[in-house]
Amino acid sequence: MERIDPRARSDIYGRRINRAPYAWRVRSVPYVTIMLGSLLPVLLIADLMPLFPSLGFLMLLGWRMVRPGLLPLWAGAPLGAFDDLVSGQPFGSAILLWSLAMIVIELIETRFPWRGFWQDWFTAGVIAVSYWFAALLVSGASVTPELLIVALPQALLSVMLYPIIARMVAGLDRFRLARARKID
Amino acid sequence: MAPPSSRRSGFSKKAQFSLFTGYLLAGAGAVLGLALLALSLWQPAAFAPLRGVASDVVAPVGTGGAVTRSGSQGFFATISGYFNAGQQNAELRRENELARIRLAEADAIKAENQRLKGLLALRDSEAKPVAMARLVGSTATSVRRHAYISAGSSSGVAPGMPVVSERGVIGRVLETGRNSARVLLLTDSESVLPVRRAKDNVIAFAEGRGDGLLRIRLVNLGVNPLKVGDVMVTSGAGGYYRPGVAVAVIAKITPDGGIARLVAEPSATNFVAVEPVHEAAAVAELEDTTLPGPSPAAGATPTPTPAPPSGAAAGEE
Repeated sequence: MERIDPRARSDIYGRRINRAPYAWRVRSVPYVTIMLGSLLPVLLIADLMPLFPSLGFLMLLGWRMVRPGLLPLWAGAPLGAFDDLVSGQPFGSAILLWSLAMIVIELIETRFPWRGFWQDWFTAGVIAVSYWFAALLVSGASVTPELLIVALPQALLSVMLYPIIARMVAGLDRFRLARARKID
Repeated sequence: MAPPSSRRSGFSKKAQFSLFTGYLLAGAGAVLGLALLALSLWQPAAFAPLRGVASDVVAPVGTGGAVTRSGSQGFFATISGYFNAGQQNAELRRENELARIRLAEADAIKAENQRLKGLLALRDSEAKPVAMARLVGSTATSVRRHAYISAGSSSGVAPGMPVVSERGVIGRVLETGRNSARVLLLTDSESVLPVRRAKDNVIAFAEGRGDGLLRIRLVNLGVNPLKVGDVMVTSGAGGYYRPGVAVAVIAKITPDGGIARLVAEPSATNFVAVEPVHEAAAVAELEDTTLPGPSPAAGATPTPTPAPPSGAAAGEE
């Protein structure tokens, strides 16, 4: 069989016989990547203006959209708490906003169960921009016109980044489910 | 793509309950977040210990990043240096000679300064830094402008201490962890710093605008004496900063002062010095008399109420 078609006994997750995915990978990859997304922008020195959209939130959106049902509905609260520790926002803002985002996506999904890439992008874009604005309001900074202008690229970037993040999440999902463990 | 059918509860009581519990937990998370948010907006320092632990974890990674950053800057500078080495050499030699002359002049001025200070019985204002640290990170996603440095309470850093680079003021310490601290940068829209013009005593407040520039607001309104290119230095009012450290250069004139650009840009800085609070005794006294609400680090306004800035800080001791 395999002489005719080498991929006969495999799929995108690797060979099927005698292999299984690692259990720790299956469970931890979404959470770890979202937390890394929260941590990564901290390493940039942004002294003048916010440089980057909240990568942690974009990763959360990506995992929620690409893999519906994988993250439990309440996952926004603990992940948001971690994001709050490093993001510079007042503690509690991401807990609130990420939980709300998860609930809203769930409601949208029950209302429109059949969806495609464009609708996902639209939903993610609307939610990312609302998140950007809400985070700006609760940041504790006084909102001035100058502040809005310098923060605007963040909103644009977060909308434009969604397709890339979604592809990245899909790749991470393949890594998560890859059958890398040999069963003896 | 439709969501997986396992998530439709159907007639299964168990599935219905677990769906309901999910919504309940998520709602509870949101309510908890709202409560915590209200608490931390009301008492910004409430979660400082938690954040300190988190920044302690991030700081070593950031140190690696900072080393790479400075290394790569040096790398590119070396390459560009090759291309105009000869011309640069001649220029540098000339500049060096000039600098030597100026240095001699400065020595003379310093000596005279020392003598005059001795006459006035003022102590030397040169402060010994509490710690030297690297800038290891910042809050790049938030509209707040905070930075992390790689020194914390274990090396004696405490909230309120000014952070300066070799060029000028960077900001002040807001919260400390064991091996890291969070710094409120001057560009944050909640940062206020009493300043004066370097060459005379025009007194003003430098407020962050949130877009990388500072708004200079004059204390005495009237004819605006500021000009483009004026250098503003710390006045020492409020007692946190030692007087005479460079802060900003005026870039534009407005009716009530000006818009200024930073002298010390954190992104171009690798090492910073954390200095002790300049007039610690006076600051402590001021804190006792003012209402004990938000701590000085949290409110981030270095007590702008005491009106007569420049000489006052030195005279208070």
